[in-house]
Amino acid sequence: MRVAVVGAGPAGVRAVEVLVAAGHRPVWIDEAPEGGGRIYQRPPAPLQRDAKTLYGFEAKRATALHAAFDALKTRADWRPETLAWHIRAGAKRLHTLHRGAQGVVDYDAALLCTGAMDRVIPVPGWTQPGVTTLGGAQIALKAQGCGIGRRVAFLGSGPLLWLIAYQYAKAGAEVVAVLDTTPFATKAAAAPRLLRGGATFAKGLFYVGWLRAHRVRVAEGVTPLAIEGGAEGVTGLRWRDAAGREHEVACDAVGMGWGLKPEAQLADLAGIPFRFDALQHNWVPQRDAAGRTPIAGHYLAGDGAGIGGAEVAELAGARAALALLQDAGQAVDATTVARLDAALAQQQRFRAALDRAFPFPAHLAAALPDDAILCRCEGLRAGELRAAARADNAAGPAPEMNRAKAFSRTGMGRCQGRVCGAAAAEILAAELGQPVKAIGRLRGQPPVKPMPIPAPRPAREAVS
Amino acid sequence: MTTECEVLVLGGGGAGCSAALHLAQRGVKVVLLERGLVGSQASGVNYGGVRQQGRHPAELPIARRSREIWGRLKEITGTEAEFTVTGHLKLARSDAEEAELIAYLDVAKQHGLPLRMVGRNAIHREYPWLGPAVVAGSFAPEDGSANPRLLAPALARAARAAGAEIREHTKVVSHHHAAGRFELTSEADEVFRAPVLLNMAGFWGGAVADAFGEPVPVRPLSPNMMVTEPAPYFIEPNLGVVGGNVYLRQIPRGNVILGGGHGESDPAVPWSRPLPEVTLEALEHAVRLVPALAGVQVIRSWSGIDGKMPDGIPVIGPSRTTPGLFHAFGFSGHGFQLGPAIGAILSELVLDGRTDTPLEAFRIDRFQAAA
Repeated sequence: MRVAVVGAGPAGVRAVEVLVAAGHRPVWIDEAPEGGGRIYQRPPAPLQRDAKTLYGFEAKRATALHAAFDALKTRADWRPETLAWHIRAGAKRLHTLHRGAQGVVDYDAALLCTGAMDRVIPVPGWTQPGVTTLGGAQIALKAQGCGIGRRVAFLGSGPLLWLIAYQYAKAGAEVVAVLDTTPFATKAAAAPRLLRGGATFAKGLFYVGWLRAHRVRVAEGVTPLAIEGGAEGVTGLRWRDAAGREHEVACDAVGMGWGLKPEAQLADLAGIPFRFDALQHNWVPQRDAAGRTPIAGHYLAGDGAGIGGAEVAELAGARAALALLQDAGQAVDATTVARLDAALAQQQRFRAALDRAFPFPAHLAAALPDDAILCRCEGLRAGELRAAARADNAAGPAPEMNRAKAFSRTGMGRCQGRVCGAAAAEILAAELGQPVKAIGRLRGQPPVKPMPIPAPRPAREAVS
Repeated sequence: MTTECEVLVLGGGGAGCSAALHLAQRGVKVVLLERGLVGSQASGVNYGGVRQQGRHPAELPIARRSREIWGRLKEITGTEAEFTVTGHLKLARSDAEEAELIAYLDVAKQHGLPLRMVGRNAIHREYPWLGPAVVAGSFAPEDGSANPRLLAPALARAARAAGAEIREHTKVVSHHHAAGRFELTSEADEVFRAPVLLNMAGFWGGAVADAFGEPVPVRPLSPNMMVTEPAPYFIEPNLGVVGGNVYLRQIPRGNVILGGGHGESDPAVPWSRPLPEVTLEALEHAVRLVPALAGVQVIRSWSGIDGKMPDGIPVIGPSRTTPGLFHAFGFSGHGFQLGPAIGAILSELVLDGRTDTPLEAFRIDRFQAAA
């Protein structure tokens, strides 16, 4: 049986571990040069530091995952720096790009562990140099050993906001403000359920407490107003507090993000149906608890299959690989399956509490002013998308997301809506007076990421 | 629920929406039925070429007429749908292809289509960014391109404003004709009745013709389309080649839109997508035409479903079996430019019983003799 695994983050590593133990040698693809995924991304050799500095509380997990990866990569057909730019589920073929060279991978079963990316809400001024996603800010620190600025403000919601602010402060950056758009009351209401998360919850409290103790300016329930800037980039961040007062803080960089969204383009291209997960407020590909999808031979695990975090991804990767083996008629250890199923179910309850504590602030996205940039690839403003939904639009009103894309170009640029899509959907839904799940989602179209046109091959005459 | 009207139009592509518009403008009570959204398939997702050059001679009278409507599109619909007259440059990559370009000059002359040969010496002087594979070209200054995503919706909006009823998300599941009336039933069990039916359902038009006893050998056709990130603007004309294995154009904002070959599809869903191998082959052809495209990033690809006839030209005209039924489908991958005129022509067939535009070559029964 030919097995292909896409992704070498926590889910991919644990999946390959199971597959290799069962005697397989899967083709294993990742865009990065090394395994670990975004969360445990390793710095290039000259910037190597000890795991504790790099990953904090997560050092043990990171070290264990890296060790597992290092042991596995010679036992799998490991293909680093490789983009899987298309998948044809019917033909069971992946199309890849490695340093400009095209390739194909034919498989009997594929396990997609494609991870997640930051979920962004545009704020007026967000396209200036110095504004980065929270995940981007973290990678700068972890993989490049540098910060996004000297005086940094963090804005957004979710556990990552506090973690990254903490990491920056520890690394010696001046954290001028941590602005959480979630009101304190929302988080407090979810606290009893969050306690079930045990260690994860305790870590969250630790970061907040540490930041407060170190007199970092912290505010909750804020409404971002604008990122101010000049020719040199960001100069400040303006917001309104929960009581309605306006504030401004001087800074030279802003890290912002509102949780994560699945990087599920391959699942989409494979024809796996999607559903709107109201709690996560994300479109997620359909799968069962073990990672099986409605498309036979195709499995999903990790954040690409719905946001669960790195711990869940490790469990889900192993579980999906076992499901793949089960479906192929191979014997698997029933105790292991039962243990993983129980752990995944427990984690899911904690995750639900987390999603309740940090709900996606759809109202902030929907309220983006008409003249603010929405789609940064195409330089489109929020008002242009709203105009496409109105009856007086020259091509008529766009009743759903893909038609709005066709009329306004929203999501038609280099990122194909990966960055602006979540906010664009809120803006369109609000303009149409529909719930966001009713207006659909941007459909996936190959290539998954931009793909260069190859140089012309020498003409045959010239060769002979 | 039953809806009665004078003319039913089946299919909301560019041609169908234009027919609804032209009929409504002449006071006809017309209802257009579209399974999805208007312009979802061939006419909405194509390359956007507004091209007369290189067409089958039988299509040129329609193309000439349509070009005139394209020039007035803004006044008709309120938007020009980004129609831009850039000229169309058709390129030859061998002596034999050059001979074909020269031969077409006579066809163009007969139909009053302005066309200028750009010879071996001139072609690289006038277009220094063309690769050495190119040996000659012919330039049609009246041709250009438009945004296919806008045409059908804009025509549909204008048709609505003129009084037509455009029913989207209305999938017709059965067709009958009795006592001089057509009766169509939708998936939602709605019934539509009219004495006249226009079959403008693209690939699916074949099934409609079949339902009225005149089967035709139509097959699904899915263009392999791509677009690049914006690059500095330098390719002004819309580019094609003899043989048609690649075509490309650049819009002033910088994106290069290109296509070549065919993708895969399942008309029953309907679903269509480019084929990766074909995409890569088209890119190879494109970069041989314009070497400066090397390294420019492709950011998206797409396809749609059109109907292809064995002889590469559509079925247009009255049914041979059923009075009141008129066909216009099977545009074989080049109906976008023709759409506006097709609507005008069908409105004439319905209301005047005749049209000045010759349609003999497009008779639906032309395949029977061969069968």
